[in-house]
Amino acid sequence: METQSQAVVDKLRAAFRSGVTLPEQFRRSQLTQLMSMIKDNEEQILEALHKDLAKPKFEAVLSEVDIVINDLHYALANLKSWMQPEYVSKNLATKFDDCFVRREPLGVVLIIGAWNYPLHLVLLPMIGAIAAGNCVVLKPSEVSPATDRVVAELVPKYLSQECYAVVSGGAEETKALLRNRFDHIFYTGSQSVARSILQTAAVHLTPVTLELGGKCPCVIYGQVDVAAAARRLIWSKFFNAGQSCVAPDYVLCSPATRDALLPAVKKSLEDFYGKEPQASPDFSRIVSDRHWTRLVELLKKTSGRIVVEGESNQKDKYIAPTVVVDVSEDDILMKEEIFGPILPILTIDSLEQGIDFINQREKPLALYVFSNESSVVNTVLENTSSGGFCSNDGILHMTLPGLPFGGVGASGWGSYHGRWGFETFTHRRAVMLRGWALERLNGLRYPPYADDRLSWLRWTASPKSSCSIL
Amino acid sequence: MSREQLAVQQARKSFLTGRSRPLAFRVQQLKNLLRFISERRRDISDAVKRDVGKSEHATELFETLGLEGEIKLAIDRMAEWAAPRPVEKTLVTLSDEVYIQPEPLGVVLIIGAWNYPWAVTLQPLVGAIAAGNAAVIKPSEVSSHSSQVMENLLPQYLDKDLYPVVAGGVLETQELLKQRFDHIFYTGSSTVGKLVMEAAADHLTPVTLELGGKSPCYIDNNCDLTVACRRITWGKFVNCGQTCIAPDYILCEPSIQSRVVGEIKKSIKEFYTDNPKTFADYGRIINQQHYKRIMTLMEGSTVAVGGDSDESQCYIAPTVLKDVKVESKVMKEEIFGPLLPIVTVSGVDEAIQFINGREKPLVVYVFSHNSKLIKRVIAETSSGAFLANDCLVHFTVSSLPFGGVGNSGMGCYHGQHGFDQLSHMRSCLIKRLNMEGVNSMRYPPHTAKKLSWARFLLLKQVNVSRLHRGATLAMLVALAVLVVKRFLRSG
Repeated sequence: METQSQAVVDKLRAAFRSGVTLPEQFRRSQLTQLMSMIKDNEEQILEALHKDLAKPKFEAVLSEVDIVINDLHYALANLKSWMQPEYVSKNLATKFDDCFVRREPLGVVLIIGAWNYPLHLVLLPMIGAIAAGNCVVLKPSEVSPATDRVVAELVPKYLSQECYAVVSGGAEETKALLRNRFDHIFYTGSQSVARSILQTAAVHLTPVTLELGGKCPCVIYGQVDVAAAARRLIWSKFFNAGQSCVAPDYVLCSPATRDALLPAVKKSLEDFYGKEPQASPDFSRIVSDRHWTRLVELLKKTSGRIVVEGESNQKDKYIAPTVVVDVSEDDILMKEEIFGPILPILTIDSLEQGIDFINQREKPLALYVFSNESSVVNTVLENTSSGGFCSNDGILHMTLPGLPFGGVGASGWGSYHGRWGFETFTHRRAVMLRGWALERLNGLRYPPYADDRLSWLRWTASPKSSCSIL
Repeated sequence: MSREQLAVQQARKSFLTGRSRPLAFRVQQLKNLLRFISERRRDISDAVKRDVGKSEHATELFETLGLEGEIKLAIDRMAEWAAPRPVEKTLVTLSDEVYIQPEPLGVVLIIGAWNYPWAVTLQPLVGAIAAGNAAVIKPSEVSSHSSQVMENLLPQYLDKDLYPVVAGGVLETQELLKQRFDHIFYTGSSTVGKLVMEAAADHLTPVTLELGGKSPCYIDNNCDLTVACRRITWGKFVNCGQTCIAPDYILCEPSIQSRVVGEIKKSIKEFYTDNPKTFADYGRIINQQHYKRIMTLMEGSTVAVGGDSDESQCYIAPTVLKDVKVESKVMKEEIFGPLLPIVTVSGVDEAIQFINGREKPLVVYVFSHNSKLIKRVIAETSSGAFLANDCLVHFTVSSLPFGGVGNSGMGCYHGQHGFDQLSHMRSCLIKRLNMEGVNSMRYPPHTAKKLSWARFLLLKQVNVSRLHRGATLAMLVALAVLVVKRFLRSG
């Protein structure tokens, strides 16, 4: 097992050393191939996603296929400019020198995916890695086996087999893979696994990007258009049956808001999924028996009051969209990230109390605020910390390629999407090309040192010393 | 509770009050830091003299000059760095605010090094303060005099709860590393860097590691050897070679080796006189342990210049070793001392191969008139930075990111890079609850028609700067009307 993964990594390293991934044309052709791979096989991909998560076609198209195609278009359109050297401002002493930052690939990188968006969580980082000129090992999640198989089958068909490899398998195979040396490890998943990945990365001083999770709070406060808020909240919560790292995990609102919200929530649920969500083709399923059992246990053990649905079916891995009220802060639903279609609503007496509640907990991946009052939005924004922030909607902030997508603190380290993916897999190398002239000016810095030389040097080396004549 | 735990707890409590955030506060603290450097110039240079034997001028040139520049830059540009950074939008977010907001991380741990105890410990602090963080400063115990001055005097100028100085050795550092930080900034060796990263793993703490390595220096036949050797001599023997970005070893063709030796010998005499031992502007090795280590490295190699030493003073003369073999002791680890080995190679091809057969260094140096050759070495090697035709000076350009890659480190700083490194770049999307019509195509029940609209609106990028505000609004209204008509009214 170990020698197998070692052979893969060695092959990719040899390919990287040959320089084949460096030219813009190569990167462009591989990215274009990746686009063809998805477009040519969209049906097969959607089928696999449906097998793994009963993903409705609509959700799969938007959140798996299109997000990748979109990022590919974006990368192809901007690749040339991303690859350009970035000239920087200089001081007087270096005025005649060339100072720029060169973007260079890191080498052989490892991308470990997760099961909730099994396609885009491996392919989106891969776009950044390819665009930056690296060789890539993909390790899709084994918990979403149908998608794992499709990725393992299609990638070698469309992309260079010398430079990119897919390694499938479970915990043992991943451990074996991690014993190799990589130039960057990109991991999406849980905090506990992230810790052991970091330990392994430390051995080789390998930099990492960690896209983790947490409980994303959703504050609904002040004057609110309850109907619109409910629709957007329900859409983002129950998309993929709540199995999104940026799904609003729980709601914080006043008792009055909760009372106004509940009928709107019930109406939205019925508008979206009908009276029998199990029969709706637009509602997903839980990925595995293990996770289904975990979620059903939460519903059994909660001391809150279930006010919407709560039904489940093990054979179908179905759990109905569920809303729970009268949830206390030490309820079992508040112990860890829910990652399922259960929405607890907690009440607060003031916005300050809500903010304190959020700040006593780990920094989440996303933070949401619904309010017509911009002062409410700003107060929460300025007094909390989170990977990303979105007011009056959910999830959408991750569809903007200009915004870095990542966590902070326990929710992660680093970011990607769009240019940020390119930068993640890039080394920014400072380059300075000095001339041979002006050796007399250089003389100021040589020993023996003297006071007057020092004051000249201060002037020429200061960043503000830009002489207009030059 | 240990002293370390207490300091971290106090720093966190102080950070949570929010007082390190207002820009005015950050600027005030940085101005105090500037005052500290100018008012305590004597104390600082005395400490450095006792630590590494550096003269007062050398301290100013290599420690405080750069530091003062960084502080002034941060004060000047802070408002710009800390402001929200707008980004491009998609069609459906056209009327929303989309930007990246730099925010403080919280409590940062800065572990300094002993070779430039002030520059390397306080420059990261400038970034930390500018970004609005609290910072625990752990100066290197090896430069004990500087550490003491920092511990005694810094609290008189900076907020001592937000920026405590915690001095101590290995045990104290280990105790510190058990605490939870929001970022750890470490400067030092790769060996300890691995331990720091491992300790940080427990709390999932991100790290910046400024490490070392053997920075190669290739001298092409086609160059002005006199100027090249003068610049290399300066870069190598500053601080007695105890500089992370010093040219560690030279690669050149055998045909020019004796000229190189001759020119370096000339420059050594020009800079440090015939007797560097008595010359004020030539330093000392930091301590006995490193002195012995460096002396051992010399074993088995031919001394071409210098070679003399005095253990009682931790003095090693500026030394050049020639015809050095690849398997020799001096080529096994980062020298970090005044020994300059010359390894001969058949040309730039072999030089590139040689460099690539080793860990990625902090810097690759090339001296040549041939710009094609220079470009080739850039393209075919990897290193933290690359500098052609000089040594060290890229450090002074604050717009260049300063850091390593691979074994030489991760992350970078200087200027805005320091600010960005110690900030969290928070993605912000500020929407309003109106314009619900445009949203509706993404809600279930899903239809093929809704899907095509959603694909178009949600994911297409628009270059907003090209669109007039009026045209944008008109387009959105038209869109909203169209969508409302199609989806909200029809069944």
